[in-house]
This record gives sequence, structure tokens and C-alpha cells, in this order.
Amino acid sequence: MTTPSTPRRRYTKVDPIPWWLKAFGGLVVVFFILPTLFVIPMSFSDATTFQFPPQGFTWRLYENFFTNPIWLDSLGNSFLVATLTAVLATTVGTAAAVALSRLQGRVAQLVRTLLMVPIVAPAIVVAVAVYIAFLGWQLTGTVLGYVLAHTAIAVPYVLISVTGALGGFDPKLLRAAASLGSSPARAFVRVTMPLISRGILTGAIFAFIVSFDEVVLALFLRSPLFQTMPVQMYNSVTVEIDPTISAASSLMVVAVTIIFLLPQLLRGRVRRR
Amino acid sequence: MTMTPDTTAKATGPSTGTPSGTEIRLDRVTKDYGLAAPAVDDISLTIEPGEFMTLLGPSGSGKTTTLNLIAGFETLTAGSIALNGTDVSDVPPHRRNLGMLFQNYALFPHLTVAQNVAYPLRERKVGKREIARKVAEVLELVQLTGRDDNHPSQLSGGQQQRVALARAIVFEPEALLLDEPLGALDRNLRSALQTEIRRIHREVGSTFVFVTHDQEEAMNLSDRIALFNNGRIEQVGTPQQLYAEPETLFTAKFLGDSNVFELGEAALDANVAWDGESWVIDPATVAAHPGVRASSAVVVRPEDVEVAGGRDDVPAGANAVRATVRDVEYMGSYRTLLLAMGERGLPGRTRVSPLQGEYAIGDDLVAWWRPQAQRIVAA
Repeated sequence: MTTPSTPRRRYTKVDPIPWWLKAFGGLVVVFFILPTLFVIPMSFSDATTFQFPPQGFTWRLYENFFTNPIWLDSLGNSFLVATLTAVLATTVGTAAAVALSRLQGRVAQLVRTLLMVPIVAPAIVVAVAVYIAFLGWQLTGTVLGYVLAHTAIAVPYVLISVTGALGGFDPKLLRAAASLGSSPARAFVRVTMPLISRGILTGAIFAFIVSFDEVVLALFLRSPLFQTMPVQMYNSVTVEIDPTISAASSLMVVAVTIIFLLPQLLRGRVRRR
Repeated sequence: MTMTPDTTAKATGPSTGTPSGTEIRLDRVTKDYGLAAPAVDDISLTIEPGEFMTLLGPSGSGKTTTLNLIAGFETLTAGSIALNGTDVSDVPPHRRNLGMLFQNYALFPHLTVAQNVAYPLRERKVGKREIARKVAEVLELVQLTGRDDNHPSQLSGGQQQRVALARAIVFEPEALLLDEPLGALDRNLRSALQTEIRRIHREVGSTFVFVTHDQEEAMNLSDRIALFNNGRIEQVGTPQQLYAEPETLFTAKFLGDSNVFELGEAALDANVAWDGESWVIDPATVAAHPGVRASSAVVVRPEDVEVAGGRDDVPAGANAVRATVRDVEYMGSYRTLLLAMGERGLPGRTRVSPLQGEYAIGDDLVAWWRPQAQRIVAA
């Protein structure tokens, strides 16, 4: 108990992991992460086309990115749409998860399955359906259109993470809160929300990222005046062959990684308190 | 209800605490979930101000449903519930101002002990300094001073239930509802908390409604007990009344051990016949139970049954039946003889002290009791 190494001793009692399993795990990590990391050195490349290994070192591509209004606007648009999507999808998804956690039987199961459809349905099918519907409602190319479409595919992620958090939530606490004078709405704010906050935060981050890097729906919904960053990146490769995409991609990788690490960082701070 | 310990109430025992509690009146209350039988079936019960009332019964008897109806967690199918004469049947639980204790404590895990106890006060917009004062006062009452900043997970089960108790009484509710609050605790802790709950009931003088399936707990704590069976109240009375004067066979069997002699379709007179025996019925008993005639049973508590070696040793006027010793249970200060009684060998039991000598399995005896000790109950 006196030495700080005591907790570590517990792990030594576990069977050692064989070297080949470690090697295999390492390979899998490399396989998944390496392509993403390739993009970062390339963003500092001096070449005017895509080349690997990168040549020289320059901030030129970043300069391009941050001075070109097309890139900057698309980045701003993406942040706007992703933020609004995160807010809307988190609200809807949390409400759905709380409601479904109280319902039982076939209806709840059916609704749950229906809400999951956007995840399993092929993106292109969803995109075409949304496009046709939004054309009629004149929502294509509007912020509202993007947000609604992205919310539809982001809600399932919120639903999953909040449902998971509610699994460890004791509904008796709501009765206790009621007996102590809390209306259902107050009990939700003071008891339910704090206890499932991690699930809500995770859901919000997923919703943000789902929207932030969504490309298929965005391709259909784009207008000359409004497009998101993934669409601009797609354009830059298929239409313009602009190496600025390396810088854009690197920025996206870094941004998304930071957002994903956010809960861990916050959790660390809470624990230290 | 006052939070300050009331020494005069403490001295005079239960039910005489500060008479400032709330009357709870249930009038023809029914709760029907649409199953074969209603969970609560046309119950009427008045719980007096400041009374410690226990709803006792086996699981599924409707006692917990009744408590939830009082709390407002369940809606009434029929009937009404009134607090101090005000109908609250349609008032949602958070406006009924009733404290509640749950079996699993239901403490908010994200809040500290002090924050848990302060919760109902914050909901009532009580000032910060007043909250601090009341929290300290009530934590002292439940003997948890100094644990303010602990989280519930850092406390033992008994301590958690004390915090829940503090939280449930700190806002001086109309009444305290307790839903098997000691069910999750081990035996020693249960008995310690029983004492504590009785003390706190005396000190706060509020109406307590306690649900349990444990008859010993009910006898130990209550001013009165309402015994539930199949969604109905079998009998209401003080623990002594229920034990000494059971009106039904169910009551006699549920509270304590009983020797039961079913009389079948015998009319009650000065004499009844059972299994070839002719017994005397105390005239007072016949007079007290005019309705219990057609199908009834004679009930005798084990401690009222004596054993003798033969008919000649039985005093005149006593009722007797022949019995064979089936087993002897050593209980410390006394022994219990398990008997087979009468021609049919009906199971029975009696208590004997070591002074009465030794008994062995297979001994043929005569069991006897005075007519005054027996009760006539509806079978």
C-alpha cells in the first residue's frame, strides 16, 4: 500500500500478451492510421501535384487555404452546419432515447429500429430521397436543408450513446426527485441530465463529426453559393486538382481528432478535482 | 412537524409525539391494472395524525401499490385519497409534499451527502444559510454529522439509508412514506435502524406510513398495523390487537405461530366438537363474534398451550386434545414441541420451559389450554 506501484502489480497477474498478438495489433493500428498520417507531411510539400514522398517544406498550401475565400467559406459553412446539426440531433436523439427507455414492447422496438434506418440505409439512397423531397420544399442549398438532412443521419448516433448512458440510470431516482418536490422537467434537468451527461456529450460529438465530414448528402444539396468543406475537397480533387486539399485534409484530421479527444480531456479534469 | 427534538414526546413513547402530523384518509381506493384481480380492491383506511402505521402483508398483497397511490406514483382507478381533509387524488407527486424512503435508498449519486439532503430545500427556494442550518440539523438527527462532502458510494448501506431519511424529512413533509426501507440491510443493521426510525418518529412527530412484509418489524415499530391480503385489508389494529385478537385465519397465521383447529360448518355455541373432542367456548368469545358462525376455526397461540401426561392431569374446564411429539426444537430459553394433534395428526406447536422436564419424539401427551386463550376466527 505504501509504494505507488501497487496498482500496477494487478496487471502483472494477468496472463502476458504473446508477442505475435502485440505485433498483429500494431499492424492493424498502422493499417488504419497510416493513410491518415500520410496526408500531414504531404500538406507541407513543395510540389504542385500530389507526390509521395513530399518534397521540400513550405507553408504555401496552408497559406492558400487561409487566403482563399472558397476554402474559408466552406470551412465556415461546415462548422455552422455541424454545430446546428449537433444541437438539433442531440436534442431530438436524447428526447427519443429517454422516451424509448420508458416504453416497452413492440411499438418501442419498432420505433427504435426505424430511428436506426439512416445508419444502415445506403448513403446514396438516403441522399437521392432527401434531394427529391427537398427540391419540392426548396430546401436544397440552404442551411436548414443541410441541418435537417444531417440531423436525420446523426440522430441514431445520439440515440445509441444516450440509450447506453440510460442503461445505468435508476428510474427510481425520478420517483425520489418527485417526492422531494421536483416536477418531471426539473427532475430531468437536476437528476437525469447530470447522470447521463457523458452519453449526451458523446452523442453531440458524434453528431458534429457525422455532419462535419458528410459528403454524399452534401453533394446533392450543394448550391453554387453554399457548400461544405468535404464537398469543396471533393471538387478540388475531381475538378481542379488543387493540392491545397492536403492542407485542408490535415486540418480536418486534426480538428476531428481534437473533438474526439475532448471528452477524455474533460473527464481527466473532472477526475482530478 | 418540528425538527427540534421533543423530550416530552421521547419520554411518553410512540404515538404520543407532537400531534402535528397529517391525517391520511383513503376512501374506497381501488387500483386495477386490468389483470385477473385488482391490485388494491376497495380499501378504506384512515391514518391518524402523527401515527406510525404499517402496511403489512405478503408480496403481491397490494401494500406497496397502496403506498405508491398515497405518494401519487400510481393513479387511482376508483376512490379518493385526502391529506388533512384535502382531496389529493389528482395532485401530482411533486406537489403532495410527502417524504419517501425507498428500499434501494435512491440517493442521487452525482451529489454529495449535503447536496442530497439540500435537494428538496433547493426545490423549495429556501435561502442558502437556512439550507446550511437545516442540513446540519438533520444530519445530526440521523447521526451523520461530518459526512457532508462524501458521495453516497463512499457510505455503507445503513449510512446511505440514513442520508435518504434525512433528505426525506428535512423539508418537513406532511408525512413520511417508507417502502421497505430496511429490506436491503443485514439483520443487526435492521434492528439498529428500526430503533433509529422509532426515535426519529417520536422526535419529529410526523405521520409515518411504513410498508413491510416482515411481521416482526411491523410489530416492533408500529402504532397500528393494516394487514393486507389479496388487495384488501384483512384487519387493522395495534400490534397487540392483531396478535391477541385476530379476526381471520389469515391474520392469525400471518402474525406469529398458531395452532389452528378448523371447525367446518359448526354452529358456535357454548360447546363445539372437533375430531371427537368436545370443547368449551368462552361465552364472551361467542358474544364477541356473532357473525363468525358458519365456517370458523379455533386458534390458540403456542405459548397458551400446555402439555400434560394424561387426561387426569388436565384442569377442569380446560379444552384438551391428545397429541404426539413429532419433534423438539431447542430455542435457548424455551423449547418448541412440534405436535401431531387429534385423530388426524394435525400439526401443532407449544412452548415448554426446561423446568417442565424432558420430552422425546414419539411421546404421547395431552395438549390443553383454557377457553379464554382461544380465538374464534373466520376460516
